Amino acid sequence: MTARVKESRGQEMALTAAVAFVIVLLSLLPMLRLLKEVVAPGGVVSDTAIRLGLSSSATWVATWHTLVVGIGGTVLAVALGTFVALLVTLSDIRGRGALILCYVMPLMIAPQVTALAWLQLFGPASPLLKLLGIAPPLGTRNPLYSTQGIILLLGVQYGPLVFLLVRAGLRKLPRELVEAARAGGAGWFTVLRTVVLPLMTPSIMAAAALAFVSCVGNFGIPAFLGIPANYLVLPTLIYQKLAGGGPAVLGETAFLSVLIGVIAMAGIVTQEIMSRRRDYRISSTSLPAEPYELGRWRAPVEAGIWLLIVLILVLPLFGLMLTSLVPGYGIPLSTATATLDNYRFILFEHAGSRRAFFNSFALSIAAAAFAVLVAVPVGYLIAWGRQRWIRLVNLAIELPYALPGVVLAIAALLMFLRPIPFTGIQLYNTVWIILYAYLARFLVLALRPTVSGYHQIDRALEEAAQVAGAGLFIRLRTIVFPLVAPAAIAGGLLIFMTALSELTVSALLWSSGSETIGVVMFSFEQGGDSNYAAAMSAITVAITFVLMLVTNLLAPYLPSGVLPWRD
Amino acid sequence: MAGLTIANVTKTFGDYDAVKDVSLDVRDGEFLAVLGPSGCGKTTLLRLVAGFEKISSGQIRIGSDVVSDASGSVPPEKRRVGIVFQNYALWPHMTVAENVGYSLKVAKVDKAVARQRVADALALVNLDGLSDRRPANLSGGQRQRVALARCLVATPSLVLFDEPLANLDVHLRASMEDEFADFHKRTGTTIVYITHDQAEAMALADRIAVMDHGRLAQLATPRDLYREPANEMVASFIAQGIVLPAKVLSAEQTGHARVEVLGHEVVIRCRPGEQPRTDAKICIRSSELEIAGKDEAGFDAAVTRAIYKGGAVRVELSPTLDPNLNLHVERPEPGAFEAGSQLRLKIVSGWLIPNGKSA
Repeated sequence: MTARVKESRGQEMALTAAVAFVIVLLSLLPMLRLLKEVVAPGGVVSDTAIRLGLSSSATWVATWHTLVVGIGGTVLAVALGTFVALLVTLSDIRGRGALILCYVMPLMIAPQVTALAWLQLFGPASPLLKLLGIAPPLGTRNPLYSTQGIILLLGVQYGPLVFLLVRAGLRKLPRELVEAARAGGAGWFTVLRTVVLPLMTPSIMAAAALAFVSCVGNFGIPAFLGIPANYLVLPTLIYQKLAGGGPAVLGETAFLSVLIGVIAMAGIVTQEIMSRRRDYRISSTSLPAEPYELGRWRAPVEAGIWLLIVLILVLPLFGLMLTSLVPGYGIPLSTATATLDNYRFILFEHAGSRRAFFNSFALSIAAAAFAVLVAVPVGYLIAWGRQRWIRLVNLAIELPYALPGVVLAIAALLMFLRPIPFTGIQLYNTVWIILYAYLARFLVLALRPTVSGYHQIDRALEEAAQVAGAGLFIRLRTIVFPLVAPAAIAGGLLIFMTALSELTVSALLWSSGSETIGVVMFSFEQGGDSNYAAAMSAITVAITFVLMLVTNLLAPYLPSGVLPWRD
Repeated sequence: MAGLTIANVTKTFGDYDAVKDVSLDVRDGEFLAVLGPSGCGKTTLLRLVAGFEKISSGQIRIGSDVVSDASGSVPPEKRRVGIVFQNYALWPHMTVAENVGYSLKVAKVDKAVARQRVADALALVNLDGLSDRRPANLSGGQRQRVALARCLVATPSLVLFDEPLANLDVHLRASMEDEFADFHKRTGTTIVYITHDQAEAMALADRIAVMDHGRLAQLATPRDLYREPANEMVASFIAQGIVLPAKVLSAEQTGHARVEVLGHEVVIRCRPGEQPRTDAKICIRSSELEIAGKDEAGFDAAVTRAIYKGGAVRVELSPTLDPNLNLHVERPEPGAFEAGSQLRLKIVSGWLIPNGKSA
């Protein structure tokens, strides 16, 4: 009996050890390294780093700005996202699927692309305004280069995030609660105010916390909109310091990145406290409520909501496309001037941009493939494992994604600035350090769908294979992987889309030869070559859109909620 | 084929005993049903036998192999047991043939041999010709049979059934019951069949193990279980037996004893060696309760409720002497039984529940 027992335990132990190794490497190690730099720079416990950081007025200004745009962006995102979620979920509005797809789209587009698109829409060089003949004279300041501009774009970017969470909450709202209130004589607006919104508080709070963390950690939007106006938030301050000072200022930026982490965590803790004040638990499960009939208001409301879509999605993307066709800054677009030269330039002539396309594709594919392969065994342990500590694993994998990307980037820099001990392998200044950061940051995007995939599979399917004599590895390969593959692969595609035009992490980690699409786009824009940046953006948006459609093919095999843009 | 021995097995989750000191012996080729209300520990028992759960104490042997004891547990994949799951657990990404042949593939059986064995197993459950279908394209009954073929093909030492009929409609249930009985007859496999359905257990099993709160309440043939329940739980659980307090007046003679129940003396069946005692309990079936004639011995009872059952009326009564007791009798249809009306009843037979908890 002993030999048989050993063999099976061996496989389980091997799996657990491998998973533990990956978690330690990708999550715990970088976080601990970062903390050490702040608490004990150079190996000795001291408060120098903290004191230095706190005494700098730049820190305080950037922190204030971070809070202003963070809270402003969150408020706008919550208002927009909740409004659209209520309308789409509770009313009898038509074209729901298309509406959701369009509204969630900004979430799938990189923030700097959103920023670029909006800048092209409103600036004095805007081809669209020029076409309409209402462009302000050249030299006029773009109104988006401002606090309000940043807040507006953060709200547009993360409204969909709020929308998704609130909508998920609304779909769980049992219809009896609404019907009981209506039977009690309440009109629809009263029901909304007294029953629906109070019950949605936890969803809205959770969404607000998530939006806050995203706004605070966002780099692309304040980089494109804030740096020209010298309006610095913490992520852009870190970027400027590192770009100017190199590894010498790493200690200082480590403190700043921990500060961002602390602000983000404060948002999450606030949400926890607020949600605990009252009992919002919904005990029963039931069908969703009958949609509210808008009646004669249906057509106007539909027109209104589609106008919103046009404003936040269609016009900016249209502006982006127009800019990518303009031969140079400020030149009006017409059939005579429209050209594909910008595309030719970035795809075939500019070496850095060509490299960037290659690098970003390779990085995204590698990160996605790795994440899919890792998510299956990790998800197995999380969803079906019996060890209690496995819950902590989930938390550890969430952390690098929950914290702003700058935090992880700085941690990666600290870890790999010197060659890896014992091996002498140098990751700093290579593309590998970016790959490491992508793996750590995006793993959770594949893990979440995979875990919910596991929860949908009847465990008996695995047990049946077990009684048929299959050991753990055989079961993982022949039964478990084929069953969760759609969910894991959908997660991989999400990673690919996110990583393709990623900027926050690569802006801090890139070096000559390891540029990414996001980095090159950013440097084009900073150098005033908006046309090239727009052309690159247009390509990434097109790829993202095609991938979304391709991923839709997987939809029938996926648990609901895995594809954010699918109803 | 092999027998199964469960010896003093206890399984504890936290501070809750899901299975408590259960011992039972399944003979080679026997069909044993494990019956009990939900939460009685029967599913845990099955998972212990299969090896999905580790026992807290005791020992489990399959044939002469110790598979679970205090020192460790043979993993499920090495136990050579077959399981028919409640929802069949057919792998949706494989064809019928791939499902059935999975264990052979895992065991690296030669392909040609495996193909033949799969074909044989499918023929045995009358599924020839469906080997290339996907489980999604099969009817409920066909899926059940694929699940049977799948556990057959590996020639398991015993087959466990986990409430396999619980999800089927009444119609299909009856035909699958026949199918299982037939399957057992043809293969002679040792079967442990978990169910909460008494009729199913009675119809199929050689012996039934009744479980209650993690303990084995009684292990007996269906007939003994019905006629001679070992304790109050079994007496009232099986076929809604009526349990009444009684006083034993005479010692056992030729399997019978005289008892006093509800102020009325009757002779009922009992175990050998019963002695006069007070605080005894007897079990009677509603068919052993009759309406007494005017001058016959008996006891009075008031009708509390009469429920029309289609062709018969179930009359519920409470004896005047002890209104907290509940009795019920089935009466043929025409008959007026108003709630509140009085009836005189007599007990014609019954079973003296043995003293103590021994099974």
